[in-house]
Amino acid sequence: MIAIVDYGVGNLFSLRSSFKMIGENAVVTGDKSVISSADKIILPGVGAFGDAVYKLKQTGLDEVLRDQASAGKDIMGICLGMQLLFQKGYEYGEYEGLGLLNGDIVPMLGSLPAGLKIPHIGWNALHFKKSSYLLKYVNENDCVYFVHSFYADNCDDSIIATAEYGKEITAMVQKDNIAGCQFHPEKSGSVGLSILKAFCEGR
Amino acid sequence: MITKRIIPCLDVRNGRVVKGVNFEGVSDVSSPVKLAEYYSKSGADELVFYDITASFEERELFTDILTEVASKIFIPLTVGGGINTIEDFDRVLKCGADKVSVNSGAIKNPSLIGEAAKKYGDQCVVISVDVKRVDGVFRVFSRGGRENTGMEAIDWIKKCVNAGAGEVVVNSIDTDGVKRGFDIEMLSEVLSAVDVPVIASGGAGGIKDFIYLFKELPTVDAGLAASIFHFGEVTIPQLKCELNNNGINVRLN
Repeated sequence: MIAIVDYGVGNLFSLRSSFKMIGENAVVTGDKSVISSADKIILPGVGAFGDAVYKLKQTGLDEVLRDQASAGKDIMGICLGMQLLFQKGYEYGEYEGLGLLNGDIVPMLGSLPAGLKIPHIGWNALHFKKSSYLLKYVNENDCVYFVHSFYADNCDDSIIATAEYGKEITAMVQKDNIAGCQFHPEKSGSVGLSILKAFCEGR
Repeated sequence: MITKRIIPCLDVRNGRVVKGVNFEGVSDVSSPVKLAEYYSKSGADELVFYDITASFEERELFTDILTEVASKIFIPLTVGGGINTIEDFDRVLKCGADKVSVNSGAIKNPSLIGEAAKKYGDQCVVISVDVKRVDGVFRVFSRGGRENTGMEAIDWIKKCVNAGAGEVVVNSIDTDGVKRGFDIEMLSEVLSAVDVPVIASGGAGGIKDFIYLFKELPTVDAGLAASIFHFGEVTIPQLKCELNNNGINVRLN
């Protein structure tokens, strides 16, 4: 069973539907024991970094996620959920993330060439940086759907794929049992579903 | 590199897809769920559903259909039509919409965009504007293009973006249904006024119109059309192949 962590951030309808589509049993839950007993964990999220961190702390789910991570369970963050896996986020302030991966979440504003629209919205091509089980059904240049204004930086040890948007933007990360997609696999057609499938099949 | 998006638009009434010519003379085309599946498989980058019903019962039917679409289609879905309150945002987002398009609702209640952007994020709020030239000035029309609000369109669009709208759909009433190409002049003015994604709507008659759009306006993000797709005059794989041949970056997987 896949636990999709519900901590009051964002809409999980499509994520749940996409697991159903690939024949996986996924439950949307904020229950600590359900999350702890799941085979794998999905950490979703849309919104602001600080707000999400606050909600994870308030619900005590930050501890559950850290415990499960150190126990070796596969965890994949999606969009803001991926960003939360890192050490620090600089969105409207400076916030501690879960610290499961090395790196920071920094704004695109000021770090992209002039003329590029922010947020980075739309379908962009994936470029592989490192081999990963998550990419086993994906081809170089396959497009996925992004919506974000901040991105993961200083994360060379976990980055597996990038997208080009004025500069290289972290698109996917994976290091041991911790993984993440900056884009929305549940909105990225068959390519997105194949990434979720690869995650479910395991390392 | 980011790709240019091709977006079929489905106007839904009584659970069926319709398309108006200059917003009049609506005719029934097909099932929204089947069309959405077909478009998704053929490479549509996003789908827009406009609820053009009025009654409560029909609105329930619309959200049922939306739920069914969202459980089968895994590309971004934008919903518009009848969005007047934060509760309306809630209603369609719960059914699987990713973005909500506001038109007359924002004209009636100018604080709606700001409130929605604060609650759901800018990326979720799309301002859709029906624009028509009146004595040489771009004016905003409401109520499905029937009523001149008297507002100047570029000013209005800027206000909406400043309030938090994350994308703009510019629908030219002057070119809509005429099938002689997008309104390059109007779109060009909008593109120089705002720095959020701009989606061109109204006037696509064939593949050449999309090529011309993206060549003339390299910063436009997407082209939206309805009837040419619904009636099979242009298929999306054909369109994307031609765009690609013309050096326009599109998603081909």
